[in-house]
Amino acid sequence: MSDTDLDKLPGGFKGMSEDIGSDQTTFKGVNWGKAMMWIFLLSDTFVFSCFLIAYMKVRASVVEPWPYPSEVFALEMMGVPVPLLLIAIMTFVLITSSGTMALAVKYGYEKNRKMCGWFVLLTAIGGLTFVGMQAFEWSKLIFHDGVRPWANPFGAEQFGAFFFMITGFHGTHVSIGVIFLFIFARKVFRGDFDTGKRGYFTTMKSDYVAIEILGLYWHFVDLVWVFIFAFFYLW
Amino acid sequence: MSDELNINKKRNNQIKTKSSATSGRGETDIDYVRPAELPEQDLYHGHSFITKWIFCQDAKVIGVQYTLTAVFTGVVGLILSWMMRMQLGFPELFPFLTAETYYQMVTMHGMIMVVYLLTALFLGGFGNYLIPLMVGARDMVFPYVNMISFWMFFVAVVVLMASFFVPGGPTGSGWTLYPPQAILEGTPGSGYGILLMLISLSLFVIGFTMGGLNYVITILQARTRGMSLMRMPLTIWGIFTATVLALLAFPALLVSSIMMTLDKVLETSFFMPTIIKAGEALSYDGGSPILFQHLFWFFGHPEVYIVALPAFGIVSDLISVHSRKNIFGYRMMVWAIVGIGALSFFVWAHHMYVSGMSPWFGFFFATTTLIIAVPTALKVYNWILTLWRGNIRINTVMLFCLGFIVTFVNGGITGIFLGNVAVDVPLSDTYFVIAHFHMVMGIAPLMVIFGAIYHWFPLVTGRLLDEKLGKWHFWITFLGAYSIYFPMHYLGFIGVPRRYFEMYDSPYMTSAVGMNEFISVAAFIVGAAQFIFFYNLVKSLRLGKPAGKNPWKANSLEWLTPDVPPTHGNWGEKLPVVHRWAYDYGVPGAKEDYITQTTPPSEVKDAEVEKT
Repeated sequence: MSDTDLDKLPGGFKGMSEDIGSDQTTFKGVNWGKAMMWIFLLSDTFVFSCFLIAYMKVRASVVEPWPYPSEVFALEMMGVPVPLLLIAIMTFVLITSSGTMALAVKYGYEKNRKMCGWFVLLTAIGGLTFVGMQAFEWSKLIFHDGVRPWANPFGAEQFGAFFFMITGFHGTHVSIGVIFLFIFARKVFRGDFDTGKRGYFTTMKSDYVAIEILGLYWHFVDLVWVFIFAFFYLW
Repeated sequence: MSDELNINKKRNNQIKTKSSATSGRGETDIDYVRPAELPEQDLYHGHSFITKWIFCQDAKVIGVQYTLTAVFTGVVGLILSWMMRMQLGFPELFPFLTAETYYQMVTMHGMIMVVYLLTALFLGGFGNYLIPLMVGARDMVFPYVNMISFWMFFVAVVVLMASFFVPGGPTGSGWTLYPPQAILEGTPGSGYGILLMLISLSLFVIGFTMGGLNYVITILQARTRGMSLMRMPLTIWGIFTATVLALLAFPALLVSSIMMTLDKVLETSFFMPTIIKAGEALSYDGGSPILFQHLFWFFGHPEVYIVALPAFGIVSDLISVHSRKNIFGYRMMVWAIVGIGALSFFVWAHHMYVSGMSPWFGFFFATTTLIIAVPTALKVYNWILTLWRGNIRINTVMLFCLGFIVTFVNGGITGIFLGNVAVDVPLSDTYFVIAHFHMVMGIAPLMVIFGAIYHWFPLVTGRLLDEKLGKWHFWITFLGAYSIYFPMHYLGFIGVPRRYFEMYDSPYMTSAVGMNEFISVAAFIVGAAQFIFFYNLVKSLRLGKPAGKNPWKANSLEWLTPDVPPTHGNWGEKLPVVHRWAYDYGVPGAKEDYITQTTPPSEVKDAEVEKT
């Protein structure tokens, strides 16, 4: 369905009911991959919700005191402990990378190969910086503070368990995203999306919509981080 | 009745005149279907043995692969159930059956049957084979991902089966894998067994997610021209809703598997409370076992409907085809499926009435549980009303459908018993529960699976299954299953606890021993009868009567492919165009008693077809 056809469809609630009642596609003009990513993200939302709800439940019911995040996650700057300094920078970098991703999507649809490629690459570097800082944070907690998944010096042992599990699971998501961002940056620069080169594994034609699909995933990962940030570091 | 028909006729005429008046394009107008929105699907055609049959991207082959793998695990599950029944019916007869092996068998039997047989068979098997064919697509929308999905499932099965051969054997913690006992020493298989189980489940979830996204998007975004959601066969509605449930429920299983794996490997304390063992405190401290139960049942209850909803959908189609009547209340059936699916997320704690949670919580979940009975009962009435005054053909498929209805009603009614807290408390953990869930989500869906295989085998292979063997198979399975599970209700009422390896000298021994022996013998016979079915499958594959095109005179698209069995790409040159729902059977005024979905209205002008 071309864009001009899409403009002719009715909008609002009427449009929605007509789309659902129609044949062929329920989401008019939505690429298969894009629809798939949305539904995958819905499923993934349930994964992270289960993690976070489990965390809240256990945090509410443990007997031992929960460690005080402002102290645990503080960095010493010129002899003064600054709470949440590293986390603030990490969050800033990750949210910024969402911005560069959005620009990459825009240039992708404009078929501006160079700019799109640079912004995908920039996003990848942002993500990599985030993962690097997370590795730093983990190693500080593990080697300097002695926090382990099964015990920690600050209080309830579930603190370490949930922290490593949830940030680890999120970090894995970010790392997978970074890998794909690098692969896609290469594909963009090589011109795969302009020539419609077929994928090595899937044998399907490349299209700039893939950048948007990857972008959806990337924004989702950022959004999840906002929740982790709120529940872990601010609570 | 005739008045109603006249009113319908009048209304149809009005609509006809209206449309021709406004558009002014005359008679040809009535066959109009909106033009194609999407370009032809790009497909990868395999050309070697490996790409055609092993790492194949054709959803039909993947469906068959899923089915065969699931049936293999099912046979393992069946053999385990035989061994369990040997022990229960004739204790101490077989020295190799110890308490430990018994628990391991119970656990593996449960997990295999629920997840690796039923879920994989309905969604992976029937879903893959039927979705593209029934909605008129050339293939699933992401054939490559679909292939990976099957191989992920295959690896999950291999890991699961490997747990039989590791030191300590498979886990024996019961299929619910409740901590803390699941990972504590003393439970059989608490070492490698439970670990492999958790890994296997995680792999299953990942693999299923890949397949599930395919099913959902194919149904939503890849239907053929004219195929609106409300013209889809109910099979597709059932599989669709079940897949959505699975995509939202399996995350809870994945999360609980990950957390328990960490509890086991890294000795974290997510689910593990403070435990004193032989006077010494273990390293666990302060975790919440109830949290696991909530996570598990948040997956576990939708799981029941993940199995049941495809069965509901498929049986609706089978009943309609083989009684030559449209399904009664199609729209009601669709909304009932969707409603049951939505409600199934709000009932999970009815599995936990005796877990020590607040009784008020139980009251809430009892209410939601009983509300589910409404759409479910509605579906049962609609099946019966579909049969009512239908032109019923008593063939094997129909027999299995009738068997399903009876069994499902039976299991559903005992569900109402167990859904009420006050009744459940004395009955929980007795054989009544075993009888209930085997009836409702064991035998009933299996009846549908058998019926569906007898129905669609000619499509897959081009040959009919043997009817005579089929009828033997049905009667032994049906009567045998009742001989197994009816007495179990009674055992439950007298209080025989489930999961006990032996009754020893308890009072149950005297009153239940004869019954247990009877159940066991019945179980051996029913199990053996399944080999009639396997023999039938193998024999008919080569020697069965050639089915030809559309042997059941069905309306839905899967029977209307140019080649039977359908080839890769399904539809040859041109995609089918759909003009109606799949249930125009026995329409007054039509030349034949069925009008296929692709028949244009101009060919059946005199027939009083439903407006769909």
